[in-house]
Amino acid sequence: MQLSHFIDRRKNPKGKSLGNRQRFLKRAKAQIKEAVNKSLRERSLKEIDKGEKISIPSKSTAEPRFRLDPEKGQRGVVHPGNKEFGAGDRIKKPPKGAGKGKGKKASTDGDSEDSFQFTLTQDEFLDIFFEDLELPNLVKRSLKEIKAYAYKRAGITVAGSPTNMNLVRTMRNAHGRRLALRRPSTKEMNALKERLFELERIAQPDEDQVAEIKDIIEKLESMEKRRRWAPFIDPLDVRYNAYEPTPVETTAAVMFCLMDVSGSMGEREKDLAKRFYMLLYLFLKRRYERVEVVFIRHTHHAEEVDEETFFYSRQSGGTVVSTALDKMLEVQKDRFPAHEWNIYVAQASDGFTQSGDAKACVELLRNAVMPISQYYAYIEILDERELEVFSSDDSGAELWRAYRGFAPAWPNFAQTRIARPQDIFPVFRELFAKNKREAA
Amino acid sequence: MSETLDKSSLLFDTADWDFETLQHALDAIEDIALNDLGLNIYPNQIEIISSEQMLDAYSSHGMPLMYRHWSFGKHFARDQMMYQKGYSGLAYEIVINSNPCIAYLMEENTMTMQALVMAHASFGHNHFFKNNYLFRQWTDADGILSYLDFAKKYIAKCEDEYGLEEVESILDAAHALMDQGVFRYNRPPRLSEADKMAKLAARAAHEELTFNDIWRTLPNQEEDDETAEERQLEVRNIKLPEENLLYFIEKASPILRPWQRELVRIVRNMAQYFYPQKQTKVMNEGCATFVHHYIMNELYDQGLIGEGAMMEFMHSHSSVVFQPEFDDPRYSGINPYALGFAMMEDLKRICEEPTEEDAEWFPEIAGHGDWRAVLKDAWANYRDESFILQYLSPKVMRDFRMFAIADDAAESHVEVAAIHDERGFRRVRERLSGMYDLGMHDPNIQVVAADLEGDRTLRLRHDVHNGRTLSDQTKEAVMTHIEALWGHEVVLMDGDKEA
Repeated sequence: MQLSHFIDRRKNPKGKSLGNRQRFLKRAKAQIKEAVNKSLRERSLKEIDKGEKISIPSKSTAEPRFRLDPEKGQRGVVHPGNKEFGAGDRIKKPPKGAGKGKGKKASTDGDSEDSFQFTLTQDEFLDIFFEDLELPNLVKRSLKEIKAYAYKRAGITVAGSPTNMNLVRTMRNAHGRRLALRRPSTKEMNALKERLFELERIAQPDEDQVAEIKDIIEKLESMEKRRRWAPFIDPLDVRYNAYEPTPVETTAAVMFCLMDVSGSMGEREKDLAKRFYMLLYLFLKRRYERVEVVFIRHTHHAEEVDEETFFYSRQSGGTVVSTALDKMLEVQKDRFPAHEWNIYVAQASDGFTQSGDAKACVELLRNAVMPISQYYAYIEILDERELEVFSSDDSGAELWRAYRGFAPAWPNFAQTRIARPQDIFPVFRELFAKNKREAA
Repeated sequence: MSETLDKSSLLFDTADWDFETLQHALDAIEDIALNDLGLNIYPNQIEIISSEQMLDAYSSHGMPLMYRHWSFGKHFARDQMMYQKGYSGLAYEIVINSNPCIAYLMEENTMTMQALVMAHASFGHNHFFKNNYLFRQWTDADGILSYLDFAKKYIAKCEDEYGLEEVESILDAAHALMDQGVFRYNRPPRLSEADKMAKLAARAAHEELTFNDIWRTLPNQEEDDETAEERQLEVRNIKLPEENLLYFIEKASPILRPWQRELVRIVRNMAQYFYPQKQTKVMNEGCATFVHHYIMNELYDQGLIGEGAMMEFMHSHSSVVFQPEFDDPRYSGINPYALGFAMMEDLKRICEEPTEEDAEWFPEIAGHGDWRAVLKDAWANYRDESFILQYLSPKVMRDFRMFAIADDAAESHVEVAAIHDERGFRRVRERLSGMYDLGMHDPNIQVVAADLEGDRTLRLRHDVHNGRTLSDQTKEAVMTHIEALWGHEVVLMDGDKEA
């Protein structure tokens, strides 16, 4: 009787527990979202589309059971490895920890109980990031899309599919090999054969001729053998064209993040601004092979800083927006020539600037910035209360009003007011629409 | 010269495996297991899986199919992270108490490991599952796979019909009571497994047949009179106190709808199915480890595996049975593999080469000669607690250098109650046996009264042993779950049994 048999399950479909994972994510949604938001604040702009290890409080997904209190009552435990104890010895308990006499163990166990750690995939992470922004589905999909690649010639290989065979190379190799191995050519053989027919046609050959016939037959036989041994084309000769996937566009984009960091921009405002920059970055990254980000912060004067400083350090001072534009133009001229780079500018502000400066800004935009920019997005970050007050597009702070007058002339200029994350996306709507037209 | 001869007789001589080699090795192992050790096993179904599938299996109690629940997703997420970050490795195998006995082997294992794992799981564990009285009495190896299939489909159907949240809330609550959802000592009269399956199928078919969309608008789908009556009869037959909370709730809860009762029942059946495994960790692993150790050595003695394979086996085996001492940072309690294997080997020694001490402690088996029969008897008729109490010998206690600690939470000191010396053997053994008595570790909670006619209050009592009360951290959360299932007030009292 055959008592045992094998089954190869390795080819079974993967992701058997996907349903369980979705249920788990749904269950802990609020906590996961909080963790994601926290990590958005902490992670750098360029890491936005990576998966993330997050930890959530384990309480939300606890599976409670009745447990006996480790700190109450009497217990008897047996341990191995006695070295010096005798019956009746008394050992002082460590000051903190469970009654077991193993303070260290209790505390490490305790820590891991507090939070539950696991890894979100890139997709799951972006889904949660997008959720607040209320992106239309089409946009979500296109943002997550991996860049399209085209196959480009990349030399010659020895393996490949028949359709990719490089005939010229193959024949050249075959030719060289045939020469090296002295493969008798068909021409040579035909000549001999002709001579043979000629000789055979002679009714009564003399001795020399008989010898020649024999000689030719022998020669032909050995040539035939040699030809079999050194074939016309050998697998060794075959070469294929190699193709390598290469990104379609290899253009580069630079994204200027301008932000007002004067006292009026608090943590909430900066957080909103960061999401705005993140979304723009994601979008650019999808379209361009290489994306550089430049951070320029300003009060009454502007400077280029790193991301850390940009989002987290504070500075006091007045507000002169045009200084940031000046700085941006300076950096652009210095490092990002307009014919090589696609230039995107994203500006976040609370809308206040020194009186008279708004006019200067508009001048700068019209004469210098807009002509070289692909897209300029301006967001004004408000309180939710303020948003209601400024329900009309025409009223608003000085900068807003100035931009309003200027915007219609420039289709690639967008401005909006945001108070909540879901207000961010409309800024980009035009941008995506344009992209769609290009794709069509 | 002789080396080349040896090589040709080997079952395998590389680390790589293929199915032909596996089959040869399995045949050789089977020969020793059946004809030398005389094991009695279920047919084996050995499945080769990838590491990702192993993670999948981890998260669902190792079962090949399981209903869907977020907690399995949670375990998967954690295990996956631990594995990917390299904090923990994966088991070499998982084996399931079913007929045929399913064992999973990881594809990454070397050929030596595959042989070891087959001997361990497909013969060691398999024999234990088939012969141990707890498994025979409490689990149904023939029916478990079809029951799981039923449970999975049934729960999926409920999710479709009543919504994920509804189903989830019942499962959450029932999971919280899994430790209190088993029969420990006596089981109520019940249908045979086959009858049960037939009845379930009939029940499902009946529901389908009588399905009427208008009913969905009614607040409660009531059970029909016949089943209600049958259930009431069962409830009246329950003698209080009842230790199986899930059973009592399933039968007597005033608010559960029929499908909800079925969910509770599924969880209860799972708990009961896994209960024997919790009670036989030392014996089960001891049996499997003893079997693989014996078989691998026998293969080596017969010249079927080479020195290299033997070295690899020894390395792996010794790390499996490694027991760190109590003051070692790696120590996390007694390793069931180490204790089980040591005790099995020791039983064999007592049968073959007894000392005077053995003759005094184990007169009935010392010098018995037939160690195979003695071991098989032990594997069949004991669980960890009783096995240790019966067979833990002074030699094993000395080898482990065991000592017993008495720990009173009220005191500032712990006391060494006994050590591995002449006076202490029996006490150490009793204490160790007590550690494996689940009755001492799982809180013992009983239904003492349920006012089914009046205000429907459910009264529970926690029998306190040695002053060990329930931990407040989880008590409230679990009580909430019980109330969700019961629908009315639930009272939990502490009862001091010794008092």
